[in-house]
Amino acid sequence: MSEMNMVQAINSALDVMLDRDENVLVFGEDVGYFGGVFRTSDGLQEKHGAHRVFDTPLSEGGIAAIAFGMGLNGLRPVCEIQFADYIFPAYDQIVNEIAKLRHRSGGEFWTPVTIRTPAGGGIRGGHHHSQSPESQFTHTPGLKVVYASTPYNAKGLLISAIESEDPVVVFEPKRCYRGPFYGDPHNVPTWADHPDADVPEGHYTIPIGQARLAKEGDECTIVSWGTMVHVCEKAIEMSGASCDLIDLQSLVPWDRDAIVESVSKTGRCIIVHEAPKTSGFGAEMAASIQERCFWGLEAPIRRVTGWDTPFPHTTEWDYMPSPSRIAEAIRETVEA
Amino acid sequence: MTDDKSIHVPDAPFRPGEKASFGKWDYAPGDLEKPDPEACSSDDTRAHAEGLIRVLGDDDSRSGAWDPDIDDGILLEGLEHMVRLRIFDERMMKMQRTGKLSFYMRSLGEEAIAIAQTMALQNQDWVFPTYRQPGAQFVRGRDMVSMICHCIGNVEDNVKGRQMPVHYTYRDGRYISVSSPVGTQFSQAVGVAMASAYKQLDEVTITWIGDGASAEGDYHYALNFASVYRAPVILNVVNNQWAISTHANLASGSSTFADRGLAYDVPSLRVDGNDFLALYSTTQWARQRASTGKGATHIEVLTYRAGAHSSSDDPSRYRPSDESSAWPGGDPIDRLKRHLISVGSWSDEKQEALEARIDGEVMQAYKEAVKYGDLAEGPYPSSDTIFTEVYSEVPWHLREQWDEMNRLRGD
Ligand SMILES: Cc1ncc(C[n+]2csc(CCOP(=O)(O)OP(=O)(O)O)c2C)c(N)n1
Ligand SMILES: [Mg+2]
Repeated sequence: MSEMNMVQAINSALDVMLDRDENVLVFGEDVGYFGGVFRTSDGLQEKHGAHRVFDTPLSEGGIAAIAFGMGLNGLRPVCEIQFADYIFPAYDQIVNEIAKLRHRSGGEFWTPVTIRTPAGGGIRGGHHHSQSPESQFTHTPGLKVVYASTPYNAKGLLISAIESEDPVVVFEPKRCYRGPFYGDPHNVPTWADHPDADVPEGHYTIPIGQARLAKEGDECTIVSWGTMVHVCEKAIEMSGASCDLIDLQSLVPWDRDAIVESVSKTGRCIIVHEAPKTSGFGAEMAASIQERCFWGLEAPIRRVTGWDTPFPHTTEWDYMPSPSRIAEAIRETVEA
Repeated sequence: MTDDKSIHVPDAPFRPGEKASFGKWDYAPGDLEKPDPEACSSDDTRAHAEGLIRVLGDDDSRSGAWDPDIDDGILLEGLEHMVRLRIFDERMMKMQRTGKLSFYMRSLGEEAIAIAQTMALQNQDWVFPTYRQPGAQFVRGRDMVSMICHCIGNVEDNVKGRQMPVHYTYRDGRYISVSSPVGTQFSQAVGVAMASAYKQLDEVTITWIGDGASAEGDYHYALNFASVYRAPVILNVVNNQWAISTHANLASGSSTFADRGLAYDVPSLRVDGNDFLALYSTTQWARQRASTGKGATHIEVLTYRAGAHSSSDDPSRYRPSDESSAWPGGDPIDRLKRHLISVGSWSDEKQEALEARIDGEVMQAYKEAVKYGDLAEGPYPSSDTIFTEVYSEVPWHLREQWDEMNRLRGD
């Protein structure tokens, strides 16, 4: 075990997999010599060679397309899209090609591509460096989708993604690369001394499809992913309520059983995500949960999300769900 | 498996710890003749796409077929705008370092490009920039205070704190809103130009893309659509050698960026991007083609990104720190200044006085801009601006969410 921030944990996952499997290649914009604009591949080109860890032309569509081809031809490409906001030039390749190859070829071909991309707000990035487009991928059959929140799960999920026989989109909350975020921009803790910064140096996995119980309680179930997991932790504290906090970790497939079990216990559920509300993944979950828990619910299932607007620059703290907004939803739900 | 039998991965010519040396250019101002813009085919520009159009020689004199017919008055105006941009950038960068701006990007070493090229156009022409062509706004008369208010994101920011700094919008100057996703403007500009053609207006559109971003599909869409519809557009690739840490060797395998236009049957030129006169005259030439219905011109602007990519970047990690001083194209401001001094139209004293005057102008503008709010203390645009202008009218679901935000704010 050693203490790692999320950047180091991701770097370690890539390093472990480059060591274990000669078919693993790591590439993307500024990923090779420089080691990535967020430093997640720092030192890997030097260690594993430029034919395994390399820079690409500035072309997300091209990156996804070559990943498709490499995966089809027996490799395990791990590509980086520098910001999730810049994944859209690759959207056709991901949605129409990578996701559907196995099915469309009658199972004769498949491509186990891993696409890593930093997502989410809180870095004053404005609308093109802050978005959380996960539901634009959860709505695509054939793709698995995971969303990390801590150094420990960032590494374990990434290794599972690389080893998966299916294509996986891995979202990394860039606001949490160097420390958890509790909703207060003036309080910038690092990962030091955080229990989830204790990361094994070697190989381990977190199975795709498995949620994590981050906190246990009995009055309400809070489900979240990415940066918002930490914001919810703060909100629960503020609300004074006793809550299960479930870090979803995997969105496709998601751990429905774990959530149904928790909601059956608490009778209440709030889903929190940064992405806009309309067609957000919270909508899918709320519908599925009520199908199974309706008769045991004590209050309507609520969603606390980003607004249905572009992500702002100077006013981002009025956009992202805040601890007090979530705490209010918890109190109202518990009292309902 | 050895490296050379595996995937071929190009590298930058020089890395930290190595000595950068580009040698001297073989290209001289007299090298290339100037084809008739209205009669020239893409094939007639092959030498221009493979060579380099220069006007200002190593001896600081102007010469050759591409020497534009303009007097020193215009050059002095260009010099002043370039100095303005450089001093403005320096001041903003200092502000960024002291926490007064969240982020900044300079045009260091590339000041001539947008300034000379916009000056060579008409005021009705559309400018479709990236973040590295803010200088065009000075040419179009934008008030510096309003530029700084945008960079701070205060209450006077005309885009209401929605965009990161240097993502300017200036409708009065026909300077179209800068967008972060690189490359998108390049093909959109062809549509702007097609609309001008449809309306039969004497309007040309100019746009730029970086060497890095020229690997995006948008670059190729632009060339193809512009070629097919003969759109009145000037398509510039600014090859400043770097895309953040990625060298231009990774952006394209062809020997120049310019010659890629020939395959699309678009006349293509390669121009010294630190030579104000050569930029001016190639742009004038391209404008004449566009405005006489001959269609698009593709121009590689050869330059060097002398500064960091942005305030978040540290280039010493990926290139030698003296690489910019080894660049054979020198510095655009120095070169024009030396030329004007050599012909007796300018002097070092006048240059110093100009710099002092502009320094004062920038300080003055900054002081005025922070009266409308600074980054630390605000006031910022109201968070109501989150909900406005998402649609032409506010639909019910946004109305509800807006009310909820107001309630949370305690309004
Ligand atoms: C579609 C997209 N992908 C990635 C980025 C991140 N990014 C911003 S600038 C840049 C490099 C651009 O280099 P170049 O096109 O050469 O322009 P320069 O900065 O040199 O002017 C990158 C990768 C982006 N803004 N948009
Ligand atoms: Mg560049």
